[in-house]
Amino acid sequence: MKEHSLTLGEELRRQGISRRSFLKFCAGVASSMAIPATMVPAMAASLAQARRQSVIWMSYQECTACIESLTRAFSPTVENLIFNFISLDFQHALQAAAGDQAVEALRNAMDENWGKYLVLVDGSIPLKDDGIYSTSHGQTHLESLREVAEGAAAIVSIGTCAAYGGVGAARPNPTGAVGVEDIITDKPILNVPGCPPIPEVMTGVLTSFLAFGELPAVDRLKRPSAFFSDTIHDRCYRRPFYDQGKFAKSFDDEGARKGWCLFEVGCKGPITHNACATMKFNQGVSWPIQSGHGCLGCSEPNFWDKDSFYKPLSAGQWGSAEGIAIAAAAGVALGAASAVMSRKNQDKISGGK
Amino acid sequence: MTLLDFARGPAMQIAIFIFVLGIFWRLVGVWALRQKKDLSEPRQKGAWIGGIKGLYAHAWPYKPFVPYVGAQYIVGYVIHLGLFIVLFFGTPHMLFFADIVGFTWWTLPGGVITFVALVTTVALFIALTKRLVNPVQRLISNFDDYATWFVTTLPFVTGLATTANLWPHYETGLAIHLLSVWLLLIYFPFGKLMHSFWFVVSRYTTGSRFARRGGMA
Repeated sequence: MKEHSLTLGEELRRQGISRRSFLKFCAGVASSMAIPATMVPAMAASLAQARRQSVIWMSYQECTACIESLTRAFSPTVENLIFNFISLDFQHALQAAAGDQAVEALRNAMDENWGKYLVLVDGSIPLKDDGIYSTSHGQTHLESLREVAEGAAAIVSIGTCAAYGGVGAARPNPTGAVGVEDIITDKPILNVPGCPPIPEVMTGVLTSFLAFGELPAVDRLKRPSAFFSDTIHDRCYRRPFYDQGKFAKSFDDEGARKGWCLFEVGCKGPITHNACATMKFNQGVSWPIQSGHGCLGCSEPNFWDKDSFYKPLSAGQWGSAEGIAIAAAAGVALGAASAVMSRKNQDKISGGK
Repeated sequence: MTLLDFARGPAMQIAIFIFVLGIFWRLVGVWALRQKKDLSEPRQKGAWIGGIKGLYAHAWPYKPFVPYVGAQYIVGYVIHLGLFIVLFFGTPHMLFFADIVGFTWWTLPGGVITFVALVTTVALFIALTKRLVNPVQRLISNFDDYATWFVTTLPFVTGLATTANLWPHYETGLAIHLLSVWLLLIYFPFGKLMHSFWFVVSRYTTGSRFARRGGMA
């Protein structure tokens, strides 16, 4: 696992992986990231010369679904990813070591690869009360992130919690949770949001970093554009039903059984950027909308607090009806006052006649 | 908070607050005015029938005037019917109202709504062109006329642009569309858009007063 001296090509040959398989893998990644086919040979050559990348995965205020999702990646497989492509030097859910030994492994990896290692983060980071609400090995995650980030070449925030705070930052946000980019501002950061993120997006980003030595192009929310440029709605297989005006009114009506659009039952697909509709989950088996549930918008910031998941997107966020009642009462009062003034004016003009 | 969050939340609440306040202000303010007494003897009984007639008597121009103003009426009908259809039979719009009234109703396919919105927008531009080209209309037009046209047309333009995905980001387009509608709501009570409340009242009043004096609406 610590064999950093071999190039990736040498390592793959040592393990008996053919060039054909390697090129197929490169073509698959290039395709998923919208890299032109003409770039595949160059990408393969660059990848073959790459040294094994030291990767440190820090898990903070999280639920482990992100790593669960990653271990279900199918192309490349997680085995390929971990054992052939990268040196995953620290990941507390997957590694055998625990306690002091695990922390020692982390320190060693940081020392040996200072300034070169890639940091992957899942989970939000509490800021309130100096971050005491989430700690590991006697260190707050706020301190831990700052320490690990200092020697990182780049940081990839895996999942919506690490990217934007996610569920940890949902109102009332008792721990003052935030995403990585709210704390670390002097390192290249890429967000792979989702609850959980699509595994192929995570592996695609890592592969791209290995091949080109830098993070891929990102959108305004620092998400890789190749995967997040389209909305769910743009690519949804139920989109024709939206255009035809055919909507499921509930989750068990005739429209739902016929697979009609889920807009009316709260689907957030039109405002959610992600690749679920094309890449799906569990080796391309399905994704939430295919399973009959509307998109929750989990790859967007603050998706927990954007009103009900089951309220149509075009419905307003009313707050309370008190404001409308106050407006009506104030309007009546103003109207009455205006009329009184007008009547006085009338009397003045007519002399009371 | 994103622009869309702002548009769906605080901006909507502020716009509706101003809309409701303004509507009640105008309605109560006018209805609480002292009414002018008609001291003349009624020329005929049942002036209210004249009032009812007055509601539809002006729905189409008097025959001799049709060649001159008929097209103007047609454009007006296209605008009003288009507004009605898009507002109440576009699915996203229906769902906005359904959230308030608690029930849904039948809607038209998106393509039909887009077509109707396009036709309505064209009609709105024809109406503006006529107002600008016709010297008499231009002379009697004031800021309110142009502002009313602007706040009415803007939601159509932004809505069509959003449907066609012409914005860099769909959610930004949606937010701009919503904000354009809130602008319409805010302006509504204080300009000529109030005619949607007043036209029934004023036509009935005119019709019934004419009838009382022996005339026709």
